[in-house]
Amino acid sequence: MATEDPVATEAPTATEAPPLLEVRDLHVEFRTRDGVAKAVNGVEYGVRSGETLAVLGESGSGKSVTAQAIMGILDIPPGRITSGEILFHGQDLLKLKEEERRKIRGSGMAMIFQDALSSLNPVLSVGDQLGEMFTVHRGMSRKDARAKAVELMDRVRIPAAKERVTQYPHQFSGGMRQRIMIAMAMALEPSLIIADEPTTALDVTVQAQVMDLLAELQRELNMGLILITHDLGVVADVADTIAVMYAGRIVEKAPVHEIYKAPAHPYTKGLLESIPRLDQKGQDLFAIKGLPPNLMNIPPGCAFNPRCPMAQDVCRTDVPPLATVTYEGLTAERRSACHFWKETLRG
Amino acid sequence: MPEPHEPAEGAIAGTGAGGAMDLAASEATTLTPGQQGGAGGPGAGGPARSLWSDAWRDLRRNPVFIISGLIILFLLFISLWPSAIASGDPLDCDLANAQKSSSPGHPFGFDGQGCDVYTRTVYGARASVTVGVCATVGVALLGSVLGGLAGFFGGVWDAILSRITDIFFAIPVVLGGLVLLSVVTSNTVWPVIGFMVLLGWPQISRIARGSVITAKQNDYVQAARALGASNSRMLLRHIAPNAVAPVIVVATIALGTYIALEATLSYLGVGLKPPTVSWGIDISAASQYIRNAPHMLLWPAGALAITVLAFIMLGDAVRDALDPKLR
Amino acid sequence: MAEPILEVRGLVKHYPLTQGILIKRQIGAVKAVDGVDFDLGTGETLGIVGESGCGKSTVAKMLVNLERPTAGVIRYKGEDITRLSGRALKAVRRNIQMVFQDPYTSLNPRMTVGDIIGEPYEIHPEVAPKGSRRQKVQELLDVVGLNPEYINRYPHQFSGGQRQRIGIARGLALRPEIIVADEPVSALDVSVQAQVVNLLDKLQTEFELSYVFIAHDLSIVRHISDRVGVMYLGRIVETGSDAEIYEHPTHPYTQALLSAVPVPDPTARAHRERIILSGDVPSPANPPSGCRFRTRCWKAQERCALEVPALAVPAEFRLTSGPAAHDSACHFAEEKHVVP
Repeated sequence: MATEDPVATEAPTATEAPPLLEVRDLHVEFRTRDGVAKAVNGVEYGVRSGETLAVLGESGSGKSVTAQAIMGILDIPPGRITSGEILFHGQDLLKLKEEERRKIRGSGMAMIFQDALSSLNPVLSVGDQLGEMFTVHRGMSRKDARAKAVELMDRVRIPAAKERVTQYPHQFSGGMRQRIMIAMAMALEPSLIIADEPTTALDVTVQAQVMDLLAELQRELNMGLILITHDLGVVADVADTIAVMYAGRIVEKAPVHEIYKAPAHPYTKGLLESIPRLDQKGQDLFAIKGLPPNLMNIPPGCAFNPRCPMAQDVCRTDVPPLATVTYEGLTAERRSACHFWKETLRG
Repeated sequence: MPEPHEPAEGAIAGTGAGGAMDLAASEATTLTPGQQGGAGGPGAGGPARSLWSDAWRDLRRNPVFIISGLIILFLLFISLWPSAIASGDPLDCDLANAQKSSSPGHPFGFDGQGCDVYTRTVYGARASVTVGVCATVGVALLGSVLGGLAGFFGGVWDAILSRITDIFFAIPVVLGGLVLLSVVTSNTVWPVIGFMVLLGWPQISRIARGSVITAKQNDYVQAARALGASNSRMLLRHIAPNAVAPVIVVATIALGTYIALEATLSYLGVGLKPPTVSWGIDISAASQYIRNAPHMLLWPAGALAITVLAFIMLGDAVRDALDPKLR
Repeated sequence: MAEPILEVRGLVKHYPLTQGILIKRQIGAVKAVDGVDFDLGTGETLGIVGESGCGKSTVAKMLVNLERPTAGVIRYKGEDITRLSGRALKAVRRNIQMVFQDPYTSLNPRMTVGDIIGEPYEIHPEVAPKGSRRQKVQELLDVVGLNPEYINRYPHQFSGGQRQRIGIARGLALRPEIIVADEPVSALDVSVQAQVVNLLDKLQTEFELSYVFIAHDLSIVRHISDRVGVMYLGRIVETGSDAEIYEHPTHPYTQALLSAVPVPDPTARAHRERIILSGDVPSPANPPSGCRFRTRCWKAQERCALEVPALAVPAEFRLTSGPAAHDSACHFAEEKHVVP
C-alpha cells in the first residue's frame, strides 16, 4: 500500500500478501433502556502484516466498538454482534469458543488503550505485570519472567529499567505508563496490535515520542497495526492506509497520501478543512454544519446526508455502497461510500 | 454500566442547531426535538424531562418497587386508621382467652394476656412506622445538614466533625440503647426516636459529606461562583440537588433497620413500654410461650419482617433508579 | 497594542503540601504558577499554551477570582482585583467571565437551560428586570446558535457541542468585557470544534470582547489569538504576536512544542525536522534551579542552572527590529523555523 509514493519507503508491504485480519460486514448494536443503538453497521476493513491502518472517526462513529469486537472484549450484553465475520489468519474469530479466543488475545493480537493508568493494575508492580505475560502464556519461571520484563522495559526505552521494574504504575509519568502498556502489548510478539487513541491523553511533546516508538517496534516486528484515532495530524504521520468511519460505517478508505491530496467523501473533506493548521492563519474555519448522528435514529440513505453540502435526493433514500474509486495514477485500492465521489474528488 | 461508551455520546445528542454561521439553513434541515415531542422516538428528542422524572420512569417499571411500595402504602394506611380493618381494641384483654388459638372473629388467636393478636398486630404498625419515619427524618436532616456543611466548608469544622462521627461509629447500638434508654421513664416513642437520631446521624453525615465534596468539584459550582453566587445559593441550588440522591437511598434502607431496631430495643425492655402497642413488645411477650403458642410470635414477627424487607427493597429500587452506575 | 484592560504582574500561586491530620505542618509547596506577567489589550485575544501541569488553568482560575493568588496583582482597568471581596468583587465578576473545558460537568444537570443561562440575572438582578429575563435568555440562545425553544430542556438532552454553546451563553449573559476560556473546545468532536471556534470569533466582534484563550492545542491557539504566551512549569517562557511565536520562535521549548505538533499532511513526514524532547516535565513541587526547562533542553549549559533567564527581548535581537525581537526567557535564544 502507498508504495507508489517515493516518500513512503518505510512501507514494506506486498500488495499480494493475504490480509492478516479482515473484517467483513460487521454489525454491532447495543440495547439500552432508550432503545437500540446501531453502533457498527457493516464495517469492512483489512490489515496486512507490516501495514498501519488508521481508523479515523469521531466519538460514536463505531471505531472503538469495532476494535472491541475484534479483540473479543465487547460487553455482551448490552452489546450484540448481529452479523459479520472477523477473519484472523483466515480463521473466523466469531466462530471460536471463548477459551480459544482467550489464547489468541495477548499472543496473537494485543490492544493498547488510551488511559494507561486505568489499564494497569495499581497494586502490582510493573515488573510483575509484564512478567505475568510470560509466566501465564509461556510457562516461564518467575526469575526468567522478571529478566524478560527488564528487557522489555529497556526496549521501550524506559530509563533505569532494572531499578524501576519493582515500581508501581502510579510512580511513572503518563508517557512512561503508555510505554509500559506498549511493552505489555508487544511482550508475546503478536502479529496484530490495536491501539485505541494511544497518545490522546498525552502531552504534545510526549505524544511524538510514544508514537515514534510504536511505529518503530511495529516495523521491527513486522506487525499489523490498527491505529484508532480522531486526530488527522497523528494519522498523517504514521499511517499507510486510512479508513474513515461515520455512523458505524466506513465512508472512505484510501492510501494516506491520496486521501490528503483529494478526499473522495464530503465528510473526509469537511474534516480536513475544519481543522485549524499550525502553518496557516485563516479568518473563519470551515465548519461541518449540524451534529454527529444519533445512533438510535440514523438518517435513512447516506447517514451523512443532513450535514452534507452535496446531498441530493438520492442521498436521502439510497445507502451508498463502498464503491471502488479509480483515476489515473492511482495504483492502490481506494474506496468511497458516496454517490458523488467523482464530484467530490474534483473538488 | 448499561450503556456503552461509544454510542452514549451519539445517543445523548438530540437533533438541533447547526453552525452558528448558517443558523437558518441548518435549522431548516434538522428536526426540532420540541416539535417532535414523544413521536421523535426514545433518546432522539423525547419531551423535556429531568433526571428525577427519569428515575420515576424507571421506578414505575420496576416490580420490586411496585410490590414494596404497595406494602408500604398499606402499612401507612393501617398506622393512620387501624380501626378501618380491626374493629377491636388492642387493650381490651380477657385472661380467660389467654393463649387460645384462632377462632371465628379472632383469626390470629389470643396472646398470653388474652388480647386479640390480630388487633394488636394491626395496631402495632403505628408504633413501628412512627419510630421508623420520625427517626429517619431526624437522622436525614441532622446528618445531611452537618455532613453537608462540613463537606462544603471543609477545614477545621470538617476535621472535628469527622472525629466525632468516628466516635459515634464506635458505640455499639444495642449496648448504647441498653445504657441510655434504661434511665428513661417516659412512656412515649420520643426517647427511642431521639436515641436513634443520636446514634444514626453520623452514618448519613458521612455520606452527605462525601457526596457534597464530589458535587462541589463540578465545574458548574465553579461557574456559579465565578458569576458571584453566594454560598447559600451554591449549596441549595447547585450542590444539594446533586448530592441528595445517595442520602435518600441510604435513608430509605435505614428506615427498615430503625423499625427492626425499635423491635429489638422493645424486646430487651428498654424501647417502647406497655401499654404502647408495638411488635417488639409483643414479640418479647410471646417468646415465653413459644412452645405452647407459636402463633403469638408468628404474626407480629412476620409483620415486622415484611415491613423491614419492604423498606429495604424500596431503598434498593430507589438506588437503582437514581444511580444506575451502582448496579 | 491597545490600552490594556487587564494587567497581570508577578502572579504566583503556591499550593501548600501538608502532613498530619489534625495538626497540619507545611512540608513544601506545589509551585503551580510562579511569577507570571502579561497584558491583555481591549478587544484582543491572548492565547496561553502549555502542556498539562504548566499552570495555565490555575492562571485562568485566578483571573476569574476562583483562586486567590499567593502573590502578585491582577489589574482590571487599573484596579487590583485580587484582594476584593463582597460587593466590589461581585461587580468585577460581572465583567470577567469564564467558559469551562468540560461541557459535561460545567452545566448543572438538575437545571433547565433557561435556568442555567438565566442564573446570572438572578445573582445580578440589576442587569435585567424580572419580566425581561426569559426573553433575554432566548436571545442569548439565538446568539449562540441554539433554538430559543430549547429553553425548558435539560443539559443531558444536548450533545457536547451544544452544551458548550449553552456554557458560552451563560458566560455572555452579563455582557462581560473579558472572557477567559479554559480549553473550550478540547473536549469536543473534531467536526464540532470548528463550529465553536467560529462562534467565539463571531461573538468577539459582536460584543467587543477580550479573550484569554487557554489551550494545549497550538493550532487552535494560532487560529484565534492575536498574541501568544507559552508556559512551562508555572512561568511564561516566550511571548509575542502569533507570527513571532509561530514563525520565529526563539525559545527552545516553544520550538520543541511547535515541532511536535502533528501536521495533517503526509508529505511533510520526510522533510520535517522534529525536536523530540527527552524525559518528562519535572514536578512543580520541586522545579529545577535556574531555567526550569534546562533538564530537557539540548542547549543547556552551566549558566542555565545558576541564572534564571528573564522574560525579555534577548540581547542578540535587541538591536534588530525583526520578528525575532520579542520576549523570550532563554540565555541562548536563537531563531529557528520549525513550522513547515
